[in-house]
Amino acid sequence: MDSVCIKVQNLSMAYDDFVIQRNLNFTINRGDIFVIMGGSGCGKSTLLRHMIGLQRPQQGDILYNGQSLWQADSATQRRILQRAGVLFQSGGLLSSMTLAENVALPITQVLQLPTKKVSELVAYKLALVGLAGFEDYYPAELSGGMQKRAGLARAMALDPEILFCDEPSAGLDPVSSKLLDDLILNLRDSLSATIIVVTHELASIFAIANNSVFLDTETRTMIAAGPPRQLLAESTDPKVLNFLTRGQTSTANSTIRQGVANE
Amino acid sequence: MSVSENPSNQFRANLQHGVLEIDMSGDWLLDGVLPVSDALLTRIRTDKTITGIRFLTRDLGRWDSLLVTELIQILDCAAKQSVDVDKASLPVAIQGLLTLAQSVPERAGARRSYRSVPWAEAAVAGLAHIGLHAKKMLTFVGELAISMVSVLSGKQRFRHRDLWLCIQECGPSALPIVSLVSLLVGLILAFVGALELSLFGAQIYISNLVSLGMTREMGGLMTAIIMSGRTGAAYAAQLGAMHVNDEIDALKTMNLEPMSFLVIPRMFALILIMPLLCLYADLMGMVGGGLVTVSLFDVSLTEYLNRSAHAVQLKDFLVGFVKCSVFGVLIALSGCMRGMQCGRSASAVGDAATSAVVTSIVFIVIADSVMTIICNRVGI
Repeated sequence: MDSVCIKVQNLSMAYDDFVIQRNLNFTINRGDIFVIMGGSGCGKSTLLRHMIGLQRPQQGDILYNGQSLWQADSATQRRILQRAGVLFQSGGLLSSMTLAENVALPITQVLQLPTKKVSELVAYKLALVGLAGFEDYYPAELSGGMQKRAGLARAMALDPEILFCDEPSAGLDPVSSKLLDDLILNLRDSLSATIIVVTHELASIFAIANNSVFLDTETRTMIAAGPPRQLLAESTDPKVLNFLTRGQTSTANSTIRQGVANE
Repeated sequence: MSVSENPSNQFRANLQHGVLEIDMSGDWLLDGVLPVSDALLTRIRTDKTITGIRFLTRDLGRWDSLLVTELIQILDCAAKQSVDVDKASLPVAIQGLLTLAQSVPERAGARRSYRSVPWAEAAVAGLAHIGLHAKKMLTFVGELAISMVSVLSGKQRFRHRDLWLCIQECGPSALPIVSLVSLLVGLILAFVGALELSLFGAQIYISNLVSLGMTREMGGLMTAIIMSGRTGAAYAAQLGAMHVNDEIDALKTMNLEPMSFLVIPRMFALILIMPLLCLYADLMGMVGGGLVTVSLFDVSLTEYLNRSAHAVQLKDFLVGFVKCSVFGVLIALSGCMRGMQCGRSASAVGDAATSAVVTSIVFIVIADSVMTIICNRVGI
């Protein structure tokens, strides 16, 4: 299971002259739940946009199974990314379509299936995210959490090998965000997919991630990588510790640190 | 999940002591061959000797959502016949997915059912819909009147900066398109008039036709149609997008009445600017007509100006002026109304803009006809 799925190589990202992050190097293994973390505005979501082919890196490359994403022509790029599903921050559902149409969209785009089969698939995907029976609803008629889950159903429509989630738990109550975390874990286990999550929710970082990278705003590069629990227990970088302990890094709290790390 | 030797998928069902053993083999992939499960489902539904179902997955190859949807069909069917299904005989990963899919039961009443509606009922519903629209419109006009009064009496305020911005947006920025269109309309009027009038050698009267036509009718009408497409649609889209972003709700919580804060400045701007644009359009139309008359129909510039000055009286200008003010109110009204009634999705903003333009053009044409008839009866 430990084979490399995605390799980020010497990646630098910039909007024109404004460098956001530089010299990013990390690998994501198959079956990982990989968390990209860091403070607000450090470029987490931008990194995700680079990985899913929406934004061209200023320098460096991203390799999917050893195949370059940014050296490839657009047809190869599409083929590489077809095996990936993306859950956008606010769901990214098309508001003029019902949930069923939204989920069916990628399916009918790629596969030639009879209508009955498509609707069975849609019903199954919606049931997976706990939205059975909501086929005929428009996104605007649902709550934020439901929209996000519907977005997940659409991201999973084609049984992706790689699933990208941009802040899946942002704006959800703790219980819903826990449910979403469980769902992500469950999906990894049963679909054996690789899941990349952008988040800064500590609870969900410790609950789901088995590997991570920490982006820093000031130095504009990654300053830590590894399983979050290990980072919490072993890291000496004050910024990383500050982030992982919600700013409570005094010695009095070192026992808490140990406690969370051992949990 | 090893790759099977036999990639074509199939169910083989075998009844053993009342337990239906379903042997699944081959690859079950969505981009492969689709299985035919109807016979199996019918068998589960009709064969009363079946008391249980077990799965054999020794020869199962690769699989994806296709297999899971097929299994859900079988499980649903079995549940209806109250046949026991031994889910433990399935691979663990599939068990996990099935549990997940069934963990949240369908919420009662969530599913929507559509039934065909008899035509009489549909007609009644349609009428009620129109009634509802009319009611909403009246409510909007009423609320607008109330906030207009409270703004004019100084109880409520809007930002004067907003008013100037709106004026800038619907006034000077609209000049190029208004110039072009009214110039060409004047030109067209001149050509149409010349067609008949030159038969009698009465080309000199082209100037009467153009100047009267522009001032009383076409200047105002063309300005109104341009502005409803340009500004009315923009108002609807702006206010609609603000609705989608919760900006309007935010204003309400800050004790700012959206009606007086957003709608009134837009309304005032259009009411102030429309008559001026109309005068400008009249002028451009006469210039367009003059170009044609002087260069093609053997009328000198002095004659053209002289005839025009004689033909048009102050009351003709005033008729156009008043009409255009009314159009301004109607455009601002329909644009802001559609914007404020906008739904909460991206497509709703588009709908609001479309319906703002349609509504205002319908209103403009109706109002124009009514005013023309009144002018004719009164003899202005």
